[in-house]
Amino acid sequence: MSNDNHTPVKHDDSHVPVHAAAEPIADPGLAPHTWRPTDVDPRAEKRAERQIAAMFIAAMISAVLFVVAYFSFEVGDNWDTFAGMGASTVSLGVTLGISLLLIGVGIIHLARKLMADAEMVEMRHPAASPPEDREATLEALNAGLDEAGIGRRPLVRNTMLGAVGVLGLPAVVLLRDLAPGSTLDIGKLATTIWEPGMRLVRDVVGTPILASEIEVGDLINAAPEALFPTEENGYPELEAGDEQVQKAKGAIIVVRMDPDDIIAMTGREKWTVDGIICYSKICTHVGCPISLYERTTHHVLCPCHQSTFDLADSAKVIFGPAARPLPQLPLAVDEEGHLVAQSDFNEPVGASYWEREKQ
Amino acid sequence: MSVDTSKVATSNRTTAATTSKPGPAGSLATCADDRLGLATVMKKNLRKVFPDHWSFMLGEIALWSFVVLLLTGVFLTLWFNPSMGHVTYEGSYDQLRGIGMSESMASTLNISFDVRGGLLMRQMHHWAAMIFIASMMVHLLRVAFTGAYRKPRELNWVIGCILLLLGTLEGFTGYSLPDDLLSGTGVRAADGFLKASPVVGTYMSFLLFGGEFPGESIIPRLYIVHVLLIPGILLALIAAHMLLLVYHKHTQWPGPGRTEQNVVGYPMLPVYAAKAGGFFFMVFGVISLMGGLLSINPVWKFGPYDPTKVTAGSQPDWYMGWPDGALRIMPTGWETVLFGYTISWNVLIPILLLPPLMLVILILLPFLEGWVTGDKRDHHLLQRPRNAPTRTAVMVALMTFYGLLWAAGGNDIIAIKLHASINQITYFMRVAVFLGPILAFWITRRWCISLQRHDNDKLLHGYETGVITRSPDGQYAERHLPISTAAAYTLTARDRDEVFTSQGDTDAAGVASPNSRSEKLRARLSTWMYVHNVQKPTAAELEEAHHHAEHEAELTSGLDHPVDGHQFDDHRLRDTDDVPLRDH
Amino acid sequence: MRVLNRTAGRLSRHRRGPLAGLAVLLLGLLISGSLYTAFAPAQANNQASETDQVAQGKELFLASCAFCHGKNGEGIPTVRDGYQLGPSLIGAGAAAVDFQVGTGRMPLASPGAQAPRKPVAFNDEETAALAAFVASLAPGPAVPNESDYSIEGLSETEREEAISRGGQIFLTNCTACHNFNGSGGAMPRGGYAPSLHGVEGKYIFEALLTGPQAMPNFSNGNLSPDEKRDVIAYLGSIEDNPEYAGFSLGGLGPVSEGLFAWLVGIGSLVGAAVWIASHTTRSKKSKVNA
Repeated sequence: MSNDNHTPVKHDDSHVPVHAAAEPIADPGLAPHTWRPTDVDPRAEKRAERQIAAMFIAAMISAVLFVVAYFSFEVGDNWDTFAGMGASTVSLGVTLGISLLLIGVGIIHLARKLMADAEMVEMRHPAASPPEDREATLEALNAGLDEAGIGRRPLVRNTMLGAVGVLGLPAVVLLRDLAPGSTLDIGKLATTIWEPGMRLVRDVVGTPILASEIEVGDLINAAPEALFPTEENGYPELEAGDEQVQKAKGAIIVVRMDPDDIIAMTGREKWTVDGIICYSKICTHVGCPISLYERTTHHVLCPCHQSTFDLADSAKVIFGPAARPLPQLPLAVDEEGHLVAQSDFNEPVGASYWEREKQ
Repeated sequence: MSVDTSKVATSNRTTAATTSKPGPAGSLATCADDRLGLATVMKKNLRKVFPDHWSFMLGEIALWSFVVLLLTGVFLTLWFNPSMGHVTYEGSYDQLRGIGMSESMASTLNISFDVRGGLLMRQMHHWAAMIFIASMMVHLLRVAFTGAYRKPRELNWVIGCILLLLGTLEGFTGYSLPDDLLSGTGVRAADGFLKASPVVGTYMSFLLFGGEFPGESIIPRLYIVHVLLIPGILLALIAAHMLLLVYHKHTQWPGPGRTEQNVVGYPMLPVYAAKAGGFFFMVFGVISLMGGLLSINPVWKFGPYDPTKVTAGSQPDWYMGWPDGALRIMPTGWETVLFGYTISWNVLIPILLLPPLMLVILILLPFLEGWVTGDKRDHHLLQRPRNAPTRTAVMVALMTFYGLLWAAGGNDIIAIKLHASINQITYFMRVAVFLGPILAFWITRRWCISLQRHDNDKLLHGYETGVITRSPDGQYAERHLPISTAAAYTLTARDRDEVFTSQGDTDAAGVASPNSRSEKLRARLSTWMYVHNVQKPTAAELEEAHHHAEHEAELTSGLDHPVDGHQFDDHRLRDTDDVPLRDH
Repeated sequence: MRVLNRTAGRLSRHRRGPLAGLAVLLLGLLISGSLYTAFAPAQANNQASETDQVAQGKELFLASCAFCHGKNGEGIPTVRDGYQLGPSLIGAGAAAVDFQVGTGRMPLASPGAQAPRKPVAFNDEETAALAAFVASLAPGPAVPNESDYSIEGLSETEREEAISRGGQIFLTNCTACHNFNGSGGAMPRGGYAPSLHGVEGKYIFEALLTGPQAMPNFSNGNLSPDEKRDVIAYLGSIEDNPEYAGFSLGGLGPVSEGLFAWLVGIGSLVGAAVWIASHTTRSKKSKVNA
């Protein structure tokens, strides 16, 4: 080996590469150490010292400024602003960042300029243990196994493994009540809160929708009235958790188009009211709400994965990964002229699932 | 040029080191050793050598941003309330006052608007998470491109891949916690993914959410996974990753004096410790600046999660972007009903099959390579990417695949920013994810091989000086001059590729050898991997080339203006021992 | 310019500057004065001027709009790629004209899915004339008054309620296309929902009312005028908010955040790593006492 003479540690000969002799150029060995200006020039050394100390002092100042900023800038309902930005966040971030950066740069500058920078050589050792250690360990292992006698007593070994294995069952079963009791009823996916005669109301404000007030081209993000219980409509108050569940399934979009544009599916001819047509708002792909509606094309797009549905044509998928059309909610008007549902959806809304067709 | 390093000063001290009375540090160390017996371990490790190269610090970015995540995360837990209990927001942010929301969203708004520095810490935590995963990925690429994952480091590669997976999951559970509109949309998509799992999917969804989506359990459950379960495993694996690094010692680039048997660099104490410690402060500092100046996830604008609302640009954080892109480019209608059961290929393929498959491919890379090459040696010297053209090309192909899916995940933003059509981008991506990687593989491999040729040219004919000489008969030629011995040695410090050859179908007795089929496949793969590679010149070839160069020099030496060209560069300065390098 | 400002987060405090009272007084005087000069002499021949306006509008219409919309605004129903060349304007109303012409969308440079906002081609008087002409074709939504889309007239509590309600309506009806920040978003086949930043309240109201281009309408039977006003108030209020968290990075969500994490975060940290590991300057001198 060409580099033997400059490695202080003794060499493990077993690791000389096979091809060393065939190398076209011999290893010239490490280049000699050279000095930095800070090593040989006291003025450069002093200058570096001063630079590093200046950075540390500036870091201290910046940290103090952080404290000043913390106490001087107000947050809450009366934010101080700085060039249109929240003064507190910006100043705390900048002072903390500068302080940390200066400490970091200072330490690295110290390492680069003033700490000894002669490269050192350390010998590697094979990752494997020495053969004698390996042998001794194997021996100990075999002796241990032999004394345990598990290998000679298959009955004991197998029943023990079986016992430990069966312990997995309690571990799995314990998780059953992650969805306790009847909450694990997957049949609930098939139905929503919609029921015959339930009024459609505008989302957020909860007001019922008069069919006569809707114009061609309108898009209404609507909800079932039961999610906006009042004394008048008599629906019971829902618990917050249940309300979210019902919102997640019951959300709808209502659009009105020229009745001639609608290509009604057989059996759905009576599901619209004078060009007003209603679909589930929940994408059949993975369940994002969709309402990116183009009145000119009657297309609605999902913002998550761009599935596009043609609302004029039974919400068939015309682009994107979704596989099924949006479920349609059959509409009617009540005696006051408000839009109501004829029934619940006739299929589960939202993302597909294994048992979907069975329900 | 060779130096006896035992005689070179390794310290800047002007006086000789003596075993004088221990200072305060020494007495503290003695005190500790009396009780802990650390000296035996530390004797080797305090001055452990680490090679110095920028690309060896990429993993450090991940490590230090993880520390920042722990610090900022602990701060956030002091106020964050991981509950889906319903409250009416009455805090400082006007636009949401009086709106009903979960306690987790309300406490997130509280941290952002009523806790001084809370918004900064939230943003630092989020930026640090993005940087954590990004730097793991950059680190992974460095390790792969330089062949650092070869024996004996395969296990550490596997740990690294698992860290990447866990980091990604940790990120997902983290950005789902505020329960704002964007995170809720993400959780809802995750519910869709779960439901698409065959047989058990629906039950998995119900068990995770404690009933129907969204229920009231998901945030507390994600929270405990986010602050205890995954960080615990991450910490343990990071510790194992670092211990293995210390045990194996760091790889190094080949060069004069840098061999498979040694490691050349700076000692842990003080230089490496200072550089690593300083880098921690720098990572922390950069994340602080980003947290203070760059807005990230403004939850107050998204508002609380409401399953009826959605926003354009609903994307996951960047590291989830590529499976999201795969989802987006799935062709329409891939769903089958089999015996009455629904199988959603449109979700199954991009989310439940593709990412695990990519992870498995990644984990297997060093083992596959080791099997094909049949190389059982330990490797501590890194390979330049060009010297492993097939590996480099495979990695670039994987990167291209990833990158295209990544872009597909942002197709709507690309569409508005580049005035393109999302539909056209999607159609393009559907084809490009298959053709792009193939093209990238082919280009990269050819590129590497031509770079190898270029290296050999430099070895055999010297480098291009840019000096044009004119011969007496009017011919112009560029003068090539030999490169320095150190540079030449570095170029040749690589193994010759050995194509694995099958031992034949039958053994000596004429019996078909049991592994012949896999052996043949192995031989074919090995040939495919190496056959176009350019090997370094042999000693004889170098000799021959130098002889030729000398002959040419002789011919030109008789000219009126003998130009050796070296007056135009600094080779003379660099190649002599007494004046090592020019002072800049 | 004062860089450091103490502005109020609470809405009411925006209007409590020391000079606000004086400003309101001056503004009031100015408005009442100009209203007087504008209306007092016109009172007599109001009827006549309206007819003149319609006539002027028709002239402008024939010159600039009739090519696509037909001489009488009946539309040219050439369906191309699913889009009409020029839809009928019968019943479009003055609000639609005021929006389309007032924001420079019409006259269109070339037919297509998108009508981008551009510099306006007509002055206010001409726009009003065009609007009057189209309104004369058939009854349609009228140009809203300022009181329709402004919350100035409300009490402080009512305003706060209007804004938070407007935010919820915005997130339900608008963000799907226009994004949570009003930054706009992509639509199928190269279309896009434009950014809402800096769009005047009047135009937002008109757009909701009339549904320009591919946008669905939110007629008064769909979204009441008060609800429209609340959305506008919400948008105004988030524009008035400081950027609490620093630069908003385009308000586009995780894609731009990811880009910055890579470019700024990883970019600067890898740069730092290169610096840390780079070799320092060497001296030609040797150390004497080494």
